[in-house]
Amino acid sequence: MPVMFVLFGGVFVFVACMVFMIRLYIVVRNGKYCKPGNKGLITLLVVAGSGGHTTEILRLMKTLSSAYSPRFYVIADTDRMSEERIRTFEKSNHLLDSDTQFTIHRIARSREVHQSWASSVFSTLNAQFYSIPLIFRLRPDVVLCNGPGTCVPLCVAGLLLGILGIKKVLIVFIESICRVESLSLTGRILYHFADYFFVQWVSLRNNYPKSIFLGRLV
Amino acid sequence: MKTVFVTVGTTSFDDLIEEITSAEALKALKYRGYERLVLQVGRGSVLPDPQNFPHVTLEVFRFKDSIAKDMEQADLIISHAGAGSCLEALGAGKALLVVVNDKLMDNHQLELARQLHTDSHLLYCTCPTLTETLRSMDLSVLQPFVPGQPKKFANFMDKALGLQ
Repeated sequence: MPVMFVLFGGVFVFVACMVFMIRLYIVVRNGKYCKPGNKGLITLLVVAGSGGHTTEILRLMKTLSSAYSPRFYVIADTDRMSEERIRTFEKSNHLLDSDTQFTIHRIARSREVHQSWASSVFSTLNAQFYSIPLIFRLRPDVVLCNGPGTCVPLCVAGLLLGILGIKKVLIVFIESICRVESLSLTGRILYHFADYFFVQWVSLRNNYPKSIFLGRLV
Repeated sequence: MKTVFVTVGTTSFDDLIEEITSAEALKALKYRGYERLVLQVGRGSVLPDPQNFPHVTLEVFRFKDSIAKDMEQADLIISHAGAGSCLEALGAGKALLVVVNDKLMDNHQLELARQLHTDSHLLYCTCPTLTETLRSMDLSVLQPFVPGQPKKFANFMDKALGLQ
């Protein structure tokens, strides 16, 4: 009897994994057919990092129209600078409707610069724990990110929404202009899952054929 | 007054500050007609006293909310290899000399400075070669830097996401 139990258990886990993988494959592959713009407004979740990452993503945001609304910004809880910069940006940007709402959400940072690998695993799981309820509540059409470690747990939560069939969350990743020859760690992970993956140097596009190269963006 | 602005970013780069205020480097700057030197020294421990430099107009500060004005007033910017500083200087349309900190391990920030040097947007040296570079550099080889075009990103996304 115990043998049968283990056997059935094993088969169940195997089938569950297979279903999960197939769903993941379908969700990632079908991104290009997803057109949230058809219904009018696009709900945007923006992952702002610290320092240079925030500068770059705000430069990109500056050219987006007010059709990208509402906008949810997610910043790391240890980040003091970004919130002020986002508020200043939202106030000053004339392309985006000032009446349209934006909100700022804080999340545990998944990885500090120079943090060891072992503690990174723990803090990333911690960030994952906060990301899932946040994404399930906000249900954005698009997650826009450019490299801070915080974006991986948020993108994973977005994928999960798609896998469960609740909503397809498009993942848009823009690799930092600093990356000329090699992708960042976040970039290497999200290359496989992002629906739109931008690089800013031609040498990177040559190494990563699925990436989109439109020249320098920031 | 022809001005040089030196910036080390958010950290420190004492070797650069020491080297640029050495008698030899100041002589090289003077020879090129630079009479005013503004130093942003960050968290560094080398803080030159302007009174010790009677032959040059020297201004020293650690941090400012914005160094855009200092960049704007400069004729030559000497910067560490940080991506933010490099892009800000080039965005201001200034001649840029990047000094690489050879004591730091190769980090990914160098990738950008190296590429921009390959594309002739900036000059590139280390602290020991700074004075020699100031003597021999030819700023006319520098190519203008075209700013990035975020609008292309917005247009691409509008189309991809089905916005009218």
